[in-house]
Amino acid sequence: MLRGQDPRSPRRWRRPVVAGLGLGLAASLLAACGGSGGTTLTWYINPDNGGQDAVAKNCSTDDYTIKTQVLPQDAGQQRVQLARRLAAKDSGIDIMSIDPPYTAEFANAGFLAPFPESMQDALREQSFDGATKAATWQDKIVVAPLWSNVQVLWYRKSFVQKAGIDMSKPVTWDQIIKAASANGGKVAVQANKYEGYSVWINALISGAGGELASNTSRGDDATIDVSSQAGKDAAKVVAELARSKAAPADLSVSQEGQAGATFGSDQGAFLVNWTYIWTNYDETQPEVKKDLGYAPYPETVAGDGSTTTSRPPYGGIGIGVSKYSDHVEDAIEATACITKPTNQGVNAELTGNMPASAAGYDYKPLKKIYPQDLLDLWQRSLDRAAPRTVTPYWSDISGALQSTWHPPSAVNPDTTPEKSAQFIRDVLKQKKLL
Amino acid sequence: MSAVAAPRGAHTSRPKPKAPASDRAKAENRLGQRLVAPAVILMVLVTAYPMLQALYLSLFKYRLTTPDDRQFVGLGNYATVLTDSLFWRDTFNTVLIMVVTVAVELVIGFVFAMVMHRIVFARGAIRTAILIPYGIITVVSAFAWQFTFSLNNGWVNSAFAWLPGISPDTNWFGGYGTSMFAIMISEIWKTTPFMSLLLLAGLSQVSEDMIEAAKVDGATWWQRLRRVILPNMRAAIMVAVLFRALDAFRIFDNIFVMTKGAQGTASSSFLTYTQVIEQFQLGLGSALSVLLFLTVLLIAFGIVKLFRVDLAQARGEG
Repeated sequence: MLRGQDPRSPRRWRRPVVAGLGLGLAASLLAACGGSGGTTLTWYINPDNGGQDAVAKNCSTDDYTIKTQVLPQDAGQQRVQLARRLAAKDSGIDIMSIDPPYTAEFANAGFLAPFPESMQDALREQSFDGATKAATWQDKIVVAPLWSNVQVLWYRKSFVQKAGIDMSKPVTWDQIIKAASANGGKVAVQANKYEGYSVWINALISGAGGELASNTSRGDDATIDVSSQAGKDAAKVVAELARSKAAPADLSVSQEGQAGATFGSDQGAFLVNWTYIWTNYDETQPEVKKDLGYAPYPETVAGDGSTTTSRPPYGGIGIGVSKYSDHVEDAIEATACITKPTNQGVNAELTGNMPASAAGYDYKPLKKIYPQDLLDLWQRSLDRAAPRTVTPYWSDISGALQSTWHPPSAVNPDTTPEKSAQFIRDVLKQKKLL
Repeated sequence: MSAVAAPRGAHTSRPKPKAPASDRAKAENRLGQRLVAPAVILMVLVTAYPMLQALYLSLFKYRLTTPDDRQFVGLGNYATVLTDSLFWRDTFNTVLIMVVTVAVELVIGFVFAMVMHRIVFARGAIRTAILIPYGIITVVSAFAWQFTFSLNNGWVNSAFAWLPGISPDTNWFGGYGTSMFAIMISEIWKTTPFMSLLLLAGLSQVSEDMIEAAKVDGATWWQRLRRVILPNMRAAIMVAVLFRALDAFRIFDNIFVMTKGAQGTASSSFLTYTQVIEQFQLGLGSALSVLLFLTVLLIAFGIVKLFRVDLAQARGEG
């Protein structure tokens, strides 16, 4: 039999297959040209409820359209995905939302396109001090602060009434732990082995007047100060809570969500958490919302009682432009628009992630959602906020901190800070695995 | 009794031609070599290149985010790893998980294989039902088991509250022992079907005649199992244990989903992941991967030796 006559011969199939492939190729080429009205800028965002999407729409122009792509929920995973792609010089990322602790690492690695001086001056002018500090690496603003988050102490009004605490004065950790233990309440914090636990420890150490690390410009030779008196004071708080009746059962695995759930339960008394808590219970537990009070972040060591000595955790998002983008100039222009105070307000209204500038707080609709004294508390807290140590090695320091301080019930104020400082030094020098 | 166990694969083995090959055979051989060459070259490229690259990288102090500080350290990374307590702790965890899960799976898997082999009614349905867990993606099953043991929305605490030591407040992922227990349960649930499938293949190769003969000789059920069935399944058991042991030694998904390595539950693979992916320590991480690779080779070699099975024979090549 001749091959061509065999109905199962592969040749019979070749022509339609080739034609199909050609069609597919032509279609995809056409699709690529489809947006020929302008450039598409891809903005990698951390997940939120549509705030950054709305801002992307506001900032799209005739020259370019900003499209968002969502990064993983976990800040550490966001860092991993962005850094690995940037290390491979991926041009698919134009703009990205970067968590403050990783800003220095990205800038130091040369992943970020520099902003013009005029833009840096404008950002310095408009942003809160904490936001500027977290966005600065080697005296240059390397990311544009979009929103600034800060933790405050949330409490159940009914509980503090029962316990008889005066919340108009600054309170210490010791006070709230004792009050909760004595009255069957829980103090909800973030103490899972993750970034949030480092956030808490950093705030406790800063609140005692210390620092995790200094001389960070020396890279892996930075001075590690965890073993200072401030470190011991911080460890005392962690150990006291973990061993008290005020510790939630899931303390060692609790992240923001679990802590929020504990606070919303019958045992809820105190909670340290970000700004989103104000709207967190609106839909699901309106009775909790009615009972929700707020005060400055608790003090690690008691001050003189007039103003708080606490240094609440700082969080937020800075917008960076990839050096490997094919449209750096457009992306920088878009970034300037994204971080305009009005757009910070738009984002805050939709997500509860508060603006990084005082001007952003003036955005009218925010005043309808949030009581003025809460907005004031947040701004005051942002002024006192302690950003995590700005160093390209933050993830090493944070990881080593988590390894030595977790679980919270094993923290010993006499040994943990010393052990942890030595471990961080060894990890930075690559003498120990993490 | 041992006389009943006939030499394996006697009917499949063909005498090998020892005589010098003819021209035709040589030509066929050459053609065969040319035909497989592209595949062999491709395989070498995709497997050997990353291996050699890892070997090369393991000699450097090299961090993805500070590429300019790359520095040759020779075997320094290996020294760091091998003298690190974390490495040995994670290796211990990995071996513990491997030994416990493979042992439990072997027993349960064998029972399942017997059920699948002997069942007379609804054979297809029962075989399928037993195999379902293996069809589920590990990450999905890990999440399912994480929810199962979760303090907030799991059902284990309420369902087993009558057992001493379990209360509504038991935090399974809050301690080492309980976390490892949850991880192993998930691993066993997920992969026992695979074990039973391999054992079923071995079981169906055991000649019914031999079992009949043993019965006639008056062997009890236990004697038949120990002296007839198991010895004749040795190759199948070896393959099952080998595959599962190597798989279990590389455990990652369950730990990643359930504890993220907290409470000291990290495994060797997890440690490697942390170094390479999370810490961007390409040098240290590559040294760990090389060590992991060597350990896997060692385990494979050990298991093959332990079962004294000729691999060619196990494949039925005689």
